[in-house]
Amino acid sequence: MITTSGLTKVYRSRGREVTALDGVDLHVREGEVYGVIGQSGAGKSSLIRCVNLLERPTSGTVTVAGQDLTALAGRGPRAGRELRQARSRIGMVFQHFNLLSSRTVRDNVELPLEILGVSGKERTRKALELLDLVGLADKAGSYPAQLSGGQKQRVGIARALAGDPKVLLSDEATSALDPETTRSILQLLRDLNRQLGLTVLLITHEMDVVKSICDSAALMEKGRIVESGTVSELLATPGSELAAALFPVGGEATGDERTVVDVTFHGEAATRPVISQLSRTYNIDISILGAAIDTVGGLQVGRMRIELPGRYEDNVVPIGFLREQGLQIDVVGPARSALVKEGAQ
Amino acid sequence: MTWSEMQPLLEQACQETLIMVGWSTLIAVVAGLPIGVLLVLTDKGGLLQNTVVNKVIGQIVNIGRSMPFIILMVALMSFTRWITGTTIGSEAAIVPLAIGGIPFFARLVETAVREVDGGLVEAVQSMGGNTWTIVRKVLVPEALPSLIASTTTTIIALIGYSAMAGTVGGGGLGDLAVRYGYQRFETGLMWITVAILAVVISVIQFIGDYAARALHRRGGRSGPGPKLRLLKAKEPDAQAAPSGATVTDVSKVA
Repeated sequence: MITTSGLTKVYRSRGREVTALDGVDLHVREGEVYGVIGQSGAGKSSLIRCVNLLERPTSGTVTVAGQDLTALAGRGPRAGRELRQARSRIGMVFQHFNLLSSRTVRDNVELPLEILGVSGKERTRKALELLDLVGLADKAGSYPAQLSGGQKQRVGIARALAGDPKVLLSDEATSALDPETTRSILQLLRDLNRQLGLTVLLITHEMDVVKSICDSAALMEKGRIVESGTVSELLATPGSELAAALFPVGGEATGDERTVVDVTFHGEAATRPVISQLSRTYNIDISILGAAIDTVGGLQVGRMRIELPGRYEDNVVPIGFLREQGLQIDVVGPARSALVKEGAQ
Repeated sequence: MTWSEMQPLLEQACQETLIMVGWSTLIAVVAGLPIGVLLVLTDKGGLLQNTVVNKVIGQIVNIGRSMPFIILMVALMSFTRWITGTTIGSEAAIVPLAIGGIPFFARLVETAVREVDGGLVEAVQSMGGNTWTIVRKVLVPEALPSLIASTTTTIIALIGYSAMAGTVGGGGLGDLAVRYGYQRFETGLMWITVAILAVVISVIQFIGDYAARALHRRGGRSGPGPKLRLLKAKEPDAQAAPSGATVTDVSKVA
């Protein structure tokens, strides 16, 4: 649904060049919720702004719903008619809501319809319908300043949906909200994704956002996508930084002569008593350093960090046994454990 | 001078001031608004970024702003004659007042429009809005409380300027204070005129503030209402007095 290839964005200011995007290839499938996560300055914002060409990419192409937007853009800095039409079919939600304070909630939702040239009566009908969809039917006559943050974002979402978009871009939509409100907004996005078959591309710096609603995710660092895939693929990738950060288990080795192993359970493997089997079969003492069971991208996943006595070389056989059980095993080296810890924070 | 002598003079002066200030404000607002918006749009990083146009308009506005009104009035005489067919009277005074008011208001508009959150512009762009849509639906409506405050400031400044309209026989309250009060030592009339001006300006300021606040409150934005950024008004009497000396000279020229 959204494909970017070789997307590069270089900002020039006072002779200095800053590369915000460095050859980003992104592929978002129709009907999925795709999360791009990264720290501030990783290039997430540039990426999402390049998707509807609010920022012109320096090079590379952006295709949304089969339409090459970069080709529509033309040369000048101003958006041509075709690009503007294409934009009206892409909804966008912002971190700071960006509602017009001089308009009522209903008029804010009507704004994209005014731009599309929809007649007055039809606009009102549609706006009220959308406000009902986001649960704010009773606030139609209020001004944005009279609403709470969560309500404002609901209006923002209703407004983004006014042009019947197939794609919704969410630029840190929940970053200005408290955890409770964040959950309800994410739930709304998830519902809309399911009900309307909306493809959602969201950027965030919060792991929880990816964890609770994303089907796929990508990790951005320094303008590049370092890892990407569906959440279940990521969790099944040994050594995946994103998986470790999505699902952190804490715990440090208790001494030098120890081997620390992360065991990830999916599906039916989760119900088998593998740890006690391991202990009995090889007659070793296992300490559990940390464990968690959670739902990630709609999947039940368990992860456990265990410690085996002796170095890695001494434990090749028991680790092999765990692998045979169909579990995903990551041996945690000192370097890896530091990384995972960072992810957990 | 008795009250019955003063009354017709005051009535006429009020009327003249009203006509001069009313028309010139209208023209200044109508012409200054697009110029102010254009200054923002063509500025660096603006939607219609164009350094040349921005610099040229900016310079013209600066020159207009820096010109002392009395000089502007004399400088514009031939232009005034071309427009109104005369260089004398209230009508003729409207031309320099409007020309002086346009750059004044344009700068205030620029400041007001610049304060509109760029995120709103981005939001409308993301909906497929073009530049005209952004101006019409975002920049002007969102800046409206500030624009009203700017209009108030402009009206008051123009009342101040209009005191000098006497040099072209434009009349008005300021002129009355100078001609009768200052030059003929009719101190009583002078003070009455000044008092009327003070009341008029207070009322305009009050209405302007009230309207700006009401709009602001409707939007419910936090923080205090828009502040008037310039000096509230040049005191009309203070301005009229020193220009009194030139009044006679220039009226001979006129």
